[in-house]
Amino acid sequence: MSALEINGLTKTYANGKTALNNVTLTVPQGSFFALLGPNGAGKSTLINMLADIVRSTSGEVKFFGRNLFAEREECKRRMGVVPQEIAFDPFFTPREVLRFTSGLFGCKPDEAWIDELLERLELTQHQAKNTRQLSGGMRRRLLVAQALVHRPELVILDEPTAGVDVELRKRLWTFMRELNEKGITILLTTHYLDEAEELCDHVAIIDQGNLLTARPMQEMMSDIASSHLWLNYGREIQLTADDQQALAGFEPRGHDDGVCLKLGQLEGGKTTFHDAYQAAVGRFGPPIDAGVRSEDLEDVFLRLTAKQSKDQER
Amino acid sequence: MMPVNPRGTWTLFQREIRRFLKVKMQTIFTPALTAILYLVIFRYAMGERQVPGMQIDYFTFLVPGLAMMAMMQNAFANTSSSMMMGKVMGMQIYLLMAPLSSIEVVAAFLAAAVVRAVVVATVFLAVLYPFVDLQLLHPGIILLYGVAASIIMGGLGLIGGMWAKDFDNIAMITNFVIMPLTFLSGVFYSVKQLPEIWQQFNYANPFFYLTDGFRYGFLGIGDTDPFASISIVIGSVVVTVLGCWYLWQTGWRMKE
Repeated sequence: MSALEINGLTKTYANGKTALNNVTLTVPQGSFFALLGPNGAGKSTLINMLADIVRSTSGEVKFFGRNLFAEREECKRRMGVVPQEIAFDPFFTPREVLRFTSGLFGCKPDEAWIDELLERLELTQHQAKNTRQLSGGMRRRLLVAQALVHRPELVILDEPTAGVDVELRKRLWTFMRELNEKGITILLTTHYLDEAEELCDHVAIIDQGNLLTARPMQEMMSDIASSHLWLNYGREIQLTADDQQALAGFEPRGHDDGVCLKLGQLEGGKTTFHDAYQAAVGRFGPPIDAGVRSEDLEDVFLRLTAKQSKDQER
Repeated sequence: MMPVNPRGTWTLFQREIRRFLKVKMQTIFTPALTAILYLVIFRYAMGERQVPGMQIDYFTFLVPGLAMMAMMQNAFANTSSSMMMGKVMGMQIYLLMAPLSSIEVVAAFLAAAVVRAVVVATVFLAVLYPFVDLQLLHPGIILLYGVAASIIMGGLGLIGGMWAKDFDNIAMITNFVIMPLTFLSGVFYSVKQLPEIWQQFNYANPFFYLTDGFRYGFLGIGDTDPFASISIVIGSVVVTVLGCWYLWQTGWRMKE
């Protein structure tokens, strides 16, 4: 069963702006799912529709097989959301906030679980302070604890590590990975793409309200991510029309120190390295240095979103 | 929709109670003190003067009215300030995300507003009890009118809190709508003392029936028949609760 089956979800605001355009997406149960996109892409709109903060214009969502919009209360009990904006109740302590959140979701406060959450999110020593006395990073960790306190089956994290320092971020991800290994589905948005690549087994990229791709991370990296041959000539190379034509099969790009050629995939896992190298040597002579670099998630993300922007401009 | 989350409703109710108890100087003792100050001032300003046509001294006449005014203003303040605080601090989304039906949210908020109103009125009356000849002639009427007024004002506070974008909006409703309607609801006077046109204005003010009925419960006298006004009061409660439910259900000014 899928944790989420989003079908044709669209949001058009009263001012006519379409924030999400006919998005169809499946989040497998038990997956660690990265939802990526530049600022204003529609990620938070999608999350807010799932969380019942924003109404959808059209489309439907199945939540563990149930109709999310028709069976809201039942679905909400099984969902935990960390909102992007820091929210805190200035009247209460972190422990009180967690007890209240448990109760609001229909659960008797589980003190042992609250203790564990406070411990894992490094809030134990701050549990008796008023939330007004907490730093921004502490408040954000408290939001994570609030999303987990009722033991949801799907956790949605909307940029949960913004403003959290590197060490804490790593420990938070370790905790999330442990939860995911226990079967909790995690849907994550983040601007730390290296972390998303490392943590997540599925990825979707949206831009300007449109879904650009959604697939398992490994599959995407092997299918979409490409390798490039970087040839260093110690000088800037500006490609002529003849160069472009001669190297057309390698999508050549000149750069400050030389030239970069895209490598294709051959049968048996081989690449077109040899052909590309020979073609470059044929045009520019032997390089000083050369190397192969594979695209990472950030490169793929930038390439896809840049293409989307160009398509939109046309 | 039928209630499905009694623990969630109870938790929200408890949270609202705990919220006003955390700042009890501001939410309970200050309103009670303010009402007592009004009373002291009027006591010395009016002396032993009797309320025209009522065979009762002004001091005794004022006490139930001031208690009711404190209840109404505090019920309104409880829900409106909670909603506004939630909006300003971003906590409102936790209510929207929680698996609570609209009727459960409204019930929890209004019940907490009633509790605060009753606590404020009880403190106020307890302080004055030794100084005034006050009886509970009709406890049922007192309870009915007190609870009804708290529900109506709590509901208006909830709607005001949903509508308001900032504290200035809430201050506008409090100062330009709630305050005049409560002050002009017969707290400080018998409607029979007024010129005809102002009498008509009072009869059109629903808060007048709440104050008058509440006073009748203590003193056995009033400008209207409280039993005849019950339909107006219950009708106002129903309209307010349904209005709150409908607006919460539609996510008015909360969900985009």
